Amino acid sequence: MKKLIKSSQQWVHKMASPRWFYQISGRWLPWLSLLTFVSIIIGVIWGLGFAPQDAKQGNSFRIIYIHVPASFLALVGYYIMAISGAIAIIWKIKLADVVMKSAAPIGASLTFIALLTGAVWGKPTWGTYWIWDARITSMLILFFLYLGVIVLQKAYSAQGLSNKAAALLALVGTINIPIIYKSVDWWYTLHQPATIKFTEAPSMHPDMFQPLLIMIIGFYLFYVTALIVSMRAEIIFRERNTSWVKELALNLKDKRPI
Amino acid sequence: MNNIGFLAILRRDLLLAVRYRGDLANPLIFFFIVIALIPLGLTPDSKELSEIAPGMLWITALLASLLSLDGLFKDDFADGTLEQIIILPQPLYFMVLAKTIVHWVVTGLPLSLLAPVLGLMLSLPETGYLPLMLSLLIGTAILSLIGSVGAALTLPLNKEGILLSLIVIPFYMPVLIFGSNMVVLAVDGLSIASPLAIMGALLALSLLISPYVTSCALRLSIYG
Repeated sequence: MKKLIKSSQQWVHKMASPRWFYQISGRWLPWLSLLTFVSIIIGVIWGLGFAPQDAKQGNSFRIIYIHVPASFLALVGYYIMAISGAIAIIWKIKLADVVMKSAAPIGASLTFIALLTGAVWGKPTWGTYWIWDARITSMLILFFLYLGVIVLQKAYSAQGLSNKAAALLALVGTINIPIIYKSVDWWYTLHQPATIKFTEAPSMHPDMFQPLLIMIIGFYLFYVTALIVSMRAEIIFRERNTSWVKELALNLKDKRPI
Repeated sequence: MNNIGFLAILRRDLLLAVRYRGDLANPLIFFFIVIALIPLGLTPDSKELSEIAPGMLWITALLASLLSLDGLFKDDFADGTLEQIIILPQPLYFMVLAKTIVHWVVTGLPLSLLAPVLGLMLSLPETGYLPLMLSLLIGTAILSLIGSVGAALTLPLNKEGILLSLIVIPFYMPVLIFGSNMVVLAVDGLSIASPLAIMGALLALSLLISPYVTSCALRLSIYG
């Protein structure tokens, strides 16, 4: 048992070394990108081409296949960012710091996509691009939270300081997200406009749901791929003065056809 | 309980605030001026003004409190006092709490006391005066507590207040919602018990968490 714990600890430490991660992720990346590409292509063609039309919304509901996975990962991404930030602060693992830094812009872009597709979807269904609805408002606030983390990160790295402060901010955000969501709910029930009804059916038909599931899996894969790509860039940047990065750069130079 | 650090910081910061009396008035003047902008930009019609008064008073008070956050730790950081405070053999939690309390006493408290006067100028109905004051008293305390985290996080950056505002405002939203709602309920003649209870809960929670996170952030800012 002790041996097992020790070997797993060793594995964690090995995993946490940026160099090792860079090498192993280089091997994963082609497979991951292939899987991402295949699942998103299947999901898009199935969802946009073959899934049945919605009884009330016709074809416009099909944006759900982008909107739902994006909103889903926007939320998950915040927790990934905050948890890796916590790991970076508590155990001082370098790699977790890299995860947290790379996760912020990806999460922010997904939140933005969710807001944008929501607006495009809102026009044919509700007749307006934007309404101050509880869910939209919470998503907007999530976007602001992401922006705060990114802005703080940028400010710190511009001055050559570590971005632990951004990790701390992300952590405070996780405590506050439930409070913000509850308060937005309360605010919305007070001002609820009477004209808007959610046309979503309580349960989705399996023919519509299956492509959505594939899209969600595809977005997860995309998230991981994008995260790894930007983590690799960040690792190379941070370790630019170490010998292994220099070696890597020299090898690349030799291989490049002149 | 031995709280020499807490009392010493409380005394020192209050004394400093009294000595630099000029700075005390700044948030109040800001509050006053921005409230004066509202009729100019929207409408001088008292009926319309009275409808937007609770929200406007709250937003302006929030901004006034936010803009004064910048100086919470700045001077102490610049002259090295903050580092001395951190290495004192006293719980940093209470010393940070003392600094935050002083911030509230010199900004939130006068803002809350001034608010009914400005409410009068925006033709807020009389039934709203006391709830406005009460909600601002509790609310600005929460704002100071949350804001101290942001002030500590942005401390080593030497940036202007705009960065601080960007990261802190999302966390201010719940306070704004319940605070302005309390005034609206009171003006409509309804019970203010539930937003009051929630504001109390938010105050208790932020009293518990904020000084602790702020201490962590201050240590980070100084020791990296």
